[in-house]
Amino acid sequence: MDLNLTPEEVAFRDEFRVWLQANVPKDWAEWREKPLEESFPYLRAWQRKLQEGGWAAVSWPKDYGGRSATLMQQAIFWEEMARLEAPPMANALGLGLIGPTIIAYGTNAQKKRFIPGILSAEEIWCQGFSEPNAGSDLAALQTEARLADAHYLVNGQKIWMSYGWVGDWCELVVRTDPAVPKHKGLTVLLVDMKSPGVEVRPLRQMTGESEFNEVFLRDVRVPVENVLGKVNDGWNVAVSTLMHERGAYGARLILIFKRNINRLIELTRKVQRNGRPAAQDPILRQKLAQCYAEVEIMRLNQLRAFSRITSTGAPGPEGSIQKLFWSELNQRLQQLAQELLGPYGQLLASDGHAIDKGIWSYGYLRSRGNTIEAGTSEVQRNIIGHFVLGLPRSY
Amino acid sequence: MQFGLNESQEFLRDSARKFFAGECPMAEVRRLMETDTAFGANLWSKLAEQGYTGIIFPEEFGGVALGIFELILLMEEAGRALLPGPFFSTVVMAGTLLDALATTAQKRKYLAPICRGEARATVAFFEAEGSWDLADVRLTAANGELKGEKLFVPDAAIADWIIVVAQNGVFLVDSKASGVRVQPMLGMDLTRKLYSVRFDDVPGEKIGETAGLARPRAIATAALAAEMVGGMQRTLDLAVEYAKTRKQFGKPIGIFQAVQHQCADMYLETESARSAVYYAAWALQHHAPDAAAAVSIAKLYASDASRTVGNRGIQVHGGMGFTWENDLHLYYRRAKASETTFGDATFHRERLARLTIDAEVVSERGA
Repeated sequence: MDLNLTPEEVAFRDEFRVWLQANVPKDWAEWREKPLEESFPYLRAWQRKLQEGGWAAVSWPKDYGGRSATLMQQAIFWEEMARLEAPPMANALGLGLIGPTIIAYGTNAQKKRFIPGILSAEEIWCQGFSEPNAGSDLAALQTEARLADAHYLVNGQKIWMSYGWVGDWCELVVRTDPAVPKHKGLTVLLVDMKSPGVEVRPLRQMTGESEFNEVFLRDVRVPVENVLGKVNDGWNVAVSTLMHERGAYGARLILIFKRNINRLIELTRKVQRNGRPAAQDPILRQKLAQCYAEVEIMRLNQLRAFSRITSTGAPGPEGSIQKLFWSELNQRLQQLAQELLGPYGQLLASDGHAIDKGIWSYGYLRSRGNTIEAGTSEVQRNIIGHFVLGLPRSY
Repeated sequence: MQFGLNESQEFLRDSARKFFAGECPMAEVRRLMETDTAFGANLWSKLAEQGYTGIIFPEEFGGVALGIFELILLMEEAGRALLPGPFFSTVVMAGTLLDALATTAQKRKYLAPICRGEARATVAFFEAEGSWDLADVRLTAANGELKGEKLFVPDAAIADWIIVVAQNGVFLVDSKASGVRVQPMLGMDLTRKLYSVRFDDVPGEKIGETAGLARPRAIATAALAAEMVGGMQRTLDLAVEYAKTRKQFGKPIGIFQAVQHQCADMYLETESARSAVYYAAWALQHHAPDAAAAVSIAKLYASDASRTVGNRGIQVHGGMGFTWENDLHLYYRRAKASETTFGDATFHRERLARLTIDAEVVSERGA
């Protein structure tokens, strides 16, 4: 047990901190509230800058333009990014999920073709996994790909596709063999989103914005050389991608949670309750302290999980609780913000009376999605029950 | 950075687990809890042989001089085994207090026999009108003599010395002195007996100032939370085992999500409490600026979680969980007693609020 950074970790942090302080754009605050469609070129440029400094994909192996950073170094990277309020990178899915999967499963030709574009944000990637009838039960997906000449002919529908509207390429999971059990007939294709037959529609979510898309695929032709991994081994390739969803990125989330709870503490000193500052209301104090404690525990759980992976090479049991823990905590935290702000909590960004530019009304609505996206809380509990505690599979 | 056990810490944990499994099985726990004091002289001398009674105390007083993190690992295993008797009161409460406040001569006289397993001691804090807040202590020493009553004093009947927290200092009293009246208080936890202690003009030897209590109390609070984590782990293990083997509708009940998800939540609560406790121990050991906050976070989370884990564990067991012969209720009783000791979740949330919302300087000295 040693919670001090190692000399290598300190060196990594200091090197990145110096670079970041010199390079982080100063005008991000003016852009961050704008719709993603408008700010996207800005985010591409920022990613290019990170790439030029060698910081776009620190977790990737050095041979592929990364730094072979340890998990702890990755966590440090995201902490520093959050600390200086650096903008996100445009190709988040390409860098975080799909690039690593191509590095693991791709042919040399695929790596050569796709890796540079991911790093430079010249080619934006999206992920075609979920379907209207395949959410938690992903392996039940029905989008089919039939071999015809040297092409697959793809037909089907995908949903909940982030970055679909701007995606140049897509990691698409399709069914290539309907005759075998559901996990065994899947294949991953790398699909050019500009192919004829690809139709992208915005999916408006309860917050009013469109983070996600629906994508319709009609007789889309995909060359066979764009199969990622082996034909009918797509389940393993897809799971490898999903594993990256729970990576060091969580370190960034922790900084955001810390910032939110600290902001709520500041607000309690200003907001009046029953004729006195809310900071003196014993019930709000209790609730704030509880949230504060849980945000800290979220950080500690994550540190333990990273240490476990670092020392054993495999994610430990602590890792599996992280998604469940933060998603439910964020809902409690957002509800607490609502209680604290009273009638002001409901005000939207566009209202002149809104506190903190309406982030709390948005956060309250957006947090409902947290316990659904990237594996529902029910699925997370199934994972803990079966894979961690060894209880029989319930489904 | 490495947030986990090193090899020697793993060795300590594993050997403690083995020791308790061999020397303190549930049959022994049940035998001792039926006695008036829950004290087993034989078990006590074996704890001393292992060095556990001196685990964190300096070698010059016969201790083993390990760190707070090692104490926490030992307490976790003691909690898992539901170790009955005065280990917590003697070593964790009285021992850390003496180690922090007493003079060298006093340590030779009182701490050294504790390390050797020859003496037992306890700490008297809580008063009738009081709370776990030091500011609520009313008992005051006058001319070196104590007069008043303390409640919820653990293991007082088998303690050689009772360390009394008074308004104007911390005093050690010989439990055999005339004017000391020890009477049982019948609490839920059968494995750790509580007493009221009356002091009628009893001479006390001054150990130190109350201001010095913050650190030993923080260590004891973290150690108690660690013990609670051990109890939670055992409750979880029992529930998972039962869910795998108990069959209804022709299937193990653990296949039903209503049961499985209870177990998943128990797991989340247990691991989260463990993370908080480990960090509190590290922060105390290294005098981190957020040590006081870390201790409160550990105790508030463990206090709520050990109760809910107990609730879920009994629910998973159905009717069997409600029987006397099943061990769950023994852990459940301990959890309830520990929940309030040194302040429950509400107490520590308020304390954390003072450290954060009120923006006092977060320091260990504020503990």
